[in-house]
Amino acid sequence: MTASTPASEQPPGAGPAHGGAGSQRRRWTGTYLPLVPFFAYVSLFLLLPTFIVLVGAFQSADGSPSLENIGTVLSGPRFLQAFGRSVQLSLVSALAGAILGGLLAWAVSVGGPGGRLRQIAVAASGVLAQFGGVMLAFAFLATFGITGTVTILLKNSVGFDLAADSRWLYGMTGLTIVYTYFQIPLMVIVFLPALDGLRQEWWEASTSLGGSSWSYWRHVGGPILAPSFLGAVLLLFANAFSAYATAAALVSQGSPIVPLQIGEAMSGEVVLGQANVGKALALGMIIVVAVVMTLYALLQRRASRWLR
Amino acid sequence: MTTRGRLRRSVARWTIVVVVGGYLLLPLVAMAEFSTRGDFGSRSLDAWIAIAEDPNLVEAIITTLSIAALTAVGMLVLLVPTITWTYLRAPRMKRPVEFLCLLPIAIPAIVLVVGIVPIYSILTRATRGNPLVLVFIDIILVLPYAHRAIDAGLRSIDVATLAEAARSLGAGWPRVMFQVIAPNLRGAILSAAVISVALVLGEFTISSLLNYDTLQVVINLLGKRDSFVSVAVSLAALLFAFLLIFGITAVAGGQRRQVEEPIEEGVA
Repeated sequence: MTASTPASEQPPGAGPAHGGAGSQRRRWTGTYLPLVPFFAYVSLFLLLPTFIVLVGAFQSADGSPSLENIGTVLSGPRFLQAFGRSVQLSLVSALAGAILGGLLAWAVSVGGPGGRLRQIAVAASGVLAQFGGVMLAFAFLATFGITGTVTILLKNSVGFDLAADSRWLYGMTGLTIVYTYFQIPLMVIVFLPALDGLRQEWWEASTSLGGSSWSYWRHVGGPILAPSFLGAVLLLFANAFSAYATAAALVSQGSPIVPLQIGEAMSGEVVLGQANVGKALALGMIIVVAVVMTLYALLQRRASRWLR
Repeated sequence: MTTRGRLRRSVARWTIVVVVGGYLLLPLVAMAEFSTRGDFGSRSLDAWIAIAEDPNLVEAIITTLSIAALTAVGMLVLLVPTITWTYLRAPRMKRPVEFLCLLPIAIPAIVLVVGIVPIYSILTRATRGNPLVLVFIDIILVLPYAHRAIDAGLRSIDVATLAEAARSLGAGWPRVMFQVIAPNLRGAILSAAVISVALVLGEFTISSLLNYDTLQVVINLLGKRDSFVSVAVSLAALLFAFLLIFGITAVAGGQRRQVEEPIEEGVA
């Protein structure tokens, strides 16, 4: 530890005013030069594209500054409805995923950090949370599609035809169910640390004072977990709101949600002169996600109080 | 009273594990059942065998695995020295670097792809449409997860002491990075690489909208023609990711035990 002090406390910007500028500058360069490749790379492949989106949203097709793209998005019911559906889909799947995933996290956390069940759940969640996209859409087609495993099983056993109205899986209902699926493992991953913050002693104290299971969750566990739970809901919301691949593979008709609208705008199937509408839609997505992630960061700060 | 309470808790716990866990497993089981259907209720591996017989699919698998490997290497080259340096010499830049690495979570891939089109139209022309250029943008997509893994690894070892010791014995900075710090970060490097590979294997948004035939793009196209084969490939890709992640957990767990002892001695 002592060795780190001189190295880490060289004040990089403090020197130049006091003369000896040459060596100070060399030291400054020596300190920050190795970071240049990273910042250059991120600027080119992350910041520049974001900048292009932000600027393009305020440019007309010929490149002159204008508000017409924003106007198109705000005036056409097509785009506003897509935002509405996106928000609804994200909200419902985030809440359902947070409740189911939260319960699962609690169930596997009881054994403590070293529990076998927990280790399996964490590793499996790590994979399943990334199992978005096309593969997930096909997994649900194989399960609930017209010739899906469950569809056939139900038809043969109880005579109920899940695919009678065969389009539910390819529309908003299907999207909500599939999105909820990939939210559950993410919830397990983000919520387990919060559950670990609950001390066994609190439960014992509550029960030894005559408290019931309900009163423990109502007065102790619930209030402590609330900020973490809300934060997780926000994270899940952003996760669903950003998703494109699952919907692209599953939805058969039209572009009900914003990411699909952007995809459609990019594929060139757009009205002439609306080339930058995709960028205005993208700007709308950035705003929604930024608001959600800011709230998330604020809640995280509050939640971390109980984690130490 | 408490025994009954405990019993009730344990019943509740297992009900949740079975119901929610069962829901998570259901599509995986269905994929296995669906992809092994033969004629008249028999079982067959035709769909699985067909994977190897579809030249488009094989090419997409090779392309995607190459992109995944290059992304993992590129991410490590970019990230490990940078984050280590912020620990050693530029602690003020720790937060800015972390912020930039987490930024791709706030800027969804579908947004990023809109802005990356002009940059990629130059890159695509320069490389005559070689799909390996996707590596550049995939490195950005894996930053949040890779940063988390490497940062956790650096936090668990005493980087400063290791570096000072090596420096006082006359090692230059490159040598400190590659021969002293990197070997101590093996677990973190491995898990950052594995999560990157898993993400690239599942990447669809950017490659499909930039018109590159990666694995997911081909699976999606194939699904319109032969859903049995595409379900089989999906399950295969998923099992591959499972093996990678479980493998890394096992390796990292074993390694932590090996590494912990000498460090504890050092502290004492």
